[in-house]
Amino acid sequence: MVITNKNPVYSVLWLIVTFFAISGHYILLNAQFLAIVNVIVYAGAIMVLFLFVIMLMNLNKETEPQKNRWLRMAGAIAGGCLLLVLVAALKDTHTKQQLAMTNGGNIGLIKNLGKELFTTYVVPFEISSILFLSAMVGAVVIGKKE
Amino acid sequence: MTLLVIDWWFILEKALLIGGIIGLSFFIAMYTTLAERKVAAWLQDRRGPNRAGPFGIFQPLADGGKLFFKEEIIPLASNKFLFILGPALAMITALLTSTVIPWAAPFVTQGGNVIPMQVADVDMGILLVFSIVSVGVYGIMIGGWASNNKFSLMAAIRGASQMVSYELPMGLCLIAVLFMTGSLKMSEIVANQVQNGWHIIYQPLGFIIFFVCALAECNRTPFDLPEAENELNFGYHQEYSSMKLGFYLFAEYINMFISSAVMVTLFFGGYDIPFVNEASWGLSSFWMTAISFAVIMAKISFMLFVFLWIRWTIPRFRYDQLMNLGWKKLIPLALVNMIISAAVMLLLNK
Repeated sequence: MVITNKNPVYSVLWLIVTFFAISGHYILLNAQFLAIVNVIVYAGAIMVLFLFVIMLMNLNKETEPQKNRWLRMAGAIAGGCLLLVLVAALKDTHTKQQLAMTNGGNIGLIKNLGKELFTTYVVPFEISSILFLSAMVGAVVIGKKE
Repeated sequence: MTLLVIDWWFILEKALLIGGIIGLSFFIAMYTTLAERKVAAWLQDRRGPNRAGPFGIFQPLADGGKLFFKEEIIPLASNKFLFILGPALAMITALLTSTVIPWAAPFVTQGGNVIPMQVADVDMGILLVFSIVSVGVYGIMIGGWASNNKFSLMAAIRGASQMVSYELPMGLCLIAVLFMTGSLKMSEIVANQVQNGWHIIYQPLGFIIFFVCALAECNRTPFDLPEAENELNFGYHQEYSSMKLGFYLFAEYINMFISSAVMVTLFFGGYDIPFVNEASWGLSSFWMTAISFAVIMAKISFMLFVFLWIRWTIPRFRYDQLMNLGWKKLIPLALVNMIISAAVMLLLNK
């Protein structure tokens, strides 16, 4: 639904629905924190910015660039190859025999998650926070120029 | 007596609770509209609505009836599905936030079963409220865009950016509170306050920031820029008529009610009765639940009154002032508040 819609605003709205579906999967796995943060960050903040941009640009069919036929064909072939590779890679895995374990384990609860993040995985956690900081600084620098 | 793995009684209990809370939200929101006009009249030295019933107490019913029977207009150039989805989303998100709030002390039946007066005591508790609030933006945005009107779109974008930016300091204040409780569960936040005193004593600055942000989140004066009629005609709901308009306005009052409830739970001890140790009274569980419910409702009513009081006292901000206040004053203040509380907690070795 996200990619088949002609209207970009519909696409964004369907993408939000997709994010909710992903959150639902997280909840089935009892990863409550991940589910909620997914809704807050992606559905609640990032997609709002997407909507801003698209609503303000007011895209419609007339302004949509027409792609030429070769480009379309190349896209179809590339997509087909990706599908082939994925199917080939997943064909022999044994996951299809096992049912997914739902609602088990407490690792997704916030207490355990926090402990893991700040003891076992503290270095990658801090590195990713530095990455965010640099992204923030970069945004400020770009904004200052104008 | 089970459905799948869930006990029927459990489903019945929760269904009753959910129905009760939704009914309560509607009832309170209805009478907040009346209270708003009465408080306005009182502050402006007028009488206010007093024709429908004694002291005008049937006025909300009359208003609702009027909205239901008005002609419903859906603009031709609008996007029909999204046009209807907008107010529906606003209403749903307004009502959803009430799920995690503990409304009264748990009720213990004679058989010893404990029935919590809370729809869901999930591990994420308060974060769930935040996620629902952040989704609440879409009600405004979709409605404003689907109306296919420049002013509606402008107002919707204003409203959405206001809500997104004021969520940040709100979350930062929340972190300071969570330092003290050590849990996101609403029931444990209340239990902590029953034991150690209300959070407003330890976090006065945090409460003030939270309150300002709550005003902005509910689009109330002095932050009611999405409805600034002299700049934007009317706001994001300009093209709406009849009960769809009513839904938007009503959702705002429900939001006020729920955000008051959240603030009471976070900072004013929830259903805790101040200055007394109610456990020593030896009352039956039924009366304890009833009294604690009355107490939380009294606190919420006071918070609602403050909302109304502010609306008729303070003029509206300009848009750039709003953004400056949010990003340049409230966020640094909230950060400082957070760091100080963290340092104090470390010093006290809690």
